[in-house]
Amino acid sequence: MTMAPVRAAPAVTALETPEFLGTRSRNRLLSLVLRGSVPALILVAWWYSTTHGLVSTEVLASPGQVVRAFWELVNTGQLWDYGLASFRRAGLGVGIGVSTALVLGLVSGLTRLGEELVDATVQIIRVVPFLALVPLFISWFGVDEAFKVALIAVSSASPMYAYTYLGVRSVDRKVIEAVRGFGLRGFRLALGVIVPSALPNILMALRICLGISLVGLIAAEQVGATEGIGYLVTLAQQYYRNDYMVLCIVIYALIGIGVDLVIRLVERTAMPWRRHGTASG
Amino acid sequence: MAAARDGERMSGADAVVRLRGIRKSFGPKQVLDGIDLDIAPGEFVALLGPSGTGKTTLLRLLSGLQRADAGTVLVPRVRTVVYQEPRLVQARRVLANVTIGQRGKAARAPGLAALAEVGLADKARSWPATLSGGEAQRVALARALVRQPELLLLDEPFAALDALTRLQMQVLVAELCARHRPAVLLVTHDVDEALLLADRAIVLRDGGFALDRRIDVDRPRDRDDHAVIAHRKGYLAALGVTPDRSPRSTDEHANA
Repeated sequence: MTMAPVRAAPAVTALETPEFLGTRSRNRLLSLVLRGSVPALILVAWWYSTTHGLVSTEVLASPGQVVRAFWELVNTGQLWDYGLASFRRAGLGVGIGVSTALVLGLVSGLTRLGEELVDATVQIIRVVPFLALVPLFISWFGVDEAFKVALIAVSSASPMYAYTYLGVRSVDRKVIEAVRGFGLRGFRLALGVIVPSALPNILMALRICLGISLVGLIAAEQVGATEGIGYLVTLAQQYYRNDYMVLCIVIYALIGIGVDLVIRLVERTAMPWRRHGTASG
Repeated sequence: MAAARDGERMSGADAVVRLRGIRKSFGPKQVLDGIDLDIAPGEFVALLGPSGTGKTTLLRLLSGLQRADAGTVLVPRVRTVVYQEPRLVQARRVLANVTIGQRGKAARAPGLAALAEVGLADKARSWPATLSGGEAQRVALARALVRQPELLLLDEPFAALDALTRLQMQVLVAELCARHRPAVLLVTHDVDEALLLADRAIVLRDGGFALDRRIDVDRPRDRDDHAVIAHRKGYLAALGVTPDRSPRSTDEHANA
């Protein structure tokens, strides 16, 4: 028996402290200030350029004018009425569109037959820009509420269907196989396991749907409306009121932010199992 | 034909699992080539074999997840599976995972009892994502036991655990199976594990049983017991592993 030859360990070279490659913790306050700084800068630039004559108020109303226009609308009660009218249309449209798409997405995600019957058709409809449906819908539904609600419903249905289908399809097959083995079938399997597991996708879809429904709202309220936020845009255009034009944009931005915050809150309360998850798994 | 077979094998009369002439191939590969297997009530059977020999396929046939090309599969109505991964529903709390598929409040008490048996009574209201790997696997075990299965199928349930947790789980499974006495089919590639737990260990190779012996060693078992050592040699040889030669040189089939 021969021993392997003993080799000398290599000589020590220069040592160094390893460069830190992890993520550094960030000061939250500083982060918040930095986030707010760019919008704040834009606001200041807007205010300065419009009040110092760099930009004509015919082209861009000053912040002061926009605020005045806002109070004007508040005092006449129109903002409230318009907001409510738009909210009702959007709520009804999104409600119908989203619930229909959710059911279709579940059916085609869960069953082979459903997929064969539903998916191809919906995918064809999905690629049609919903604004192209405006003339057709007017001839079908007239210019009243039905047309507006239908347009918003169609606009919000596509993303909901696509994301629900994707969410259902990406639920862990192994888990489904296991719980089916434990006797969970049909509705209870769908509602108890698959829908909750697909919830992140569904809520993401809801966020997109609400955003798109605003587009639908503007398009719908440009025809045959006497109140609503979309109607306000039309009015501003007709009377060439730049302050109202800008105000409408601000209102849309605020609605968008509000919707986002609400959905985030829902995400947090509706999916407690995610909040408690540990990074280490 | 089937009746004649049954007549030949009287041992199969009171079996809870009865397989006759099971064939299954994947493409050109005949994974199971005419398997006959009976498992008696309360019998703990370990199924050994190099990977890719069809151990898991056999288990999936018993749990209805796969169909045989030919042959009969007879299993009891109440049968449950513990997989290599816990396969818990992340969106349901631990207790709801244990009682999944059972209706009503009546399932609660047995569910809590099963969790207590695996030492997780205090985790009933936790979310699966907060559990460690070993805890999650114990929940999966509680979920399988709460149904009082006549047949418990264990598909490499300890393979993904760390060495220490694996030893603890093996002891736990031995205890629980001794208490509840389901018939068990444990699929594993670990000879020591099989010899520690099983009444009978089978080596599956080349589509058939290369070795099928009873492990008549008193419990609790010690892996250094001379009877266990004797069995180990026999099983390792059947698996194509001999102490002085690598499995590659011994047998090319082990590579499959």
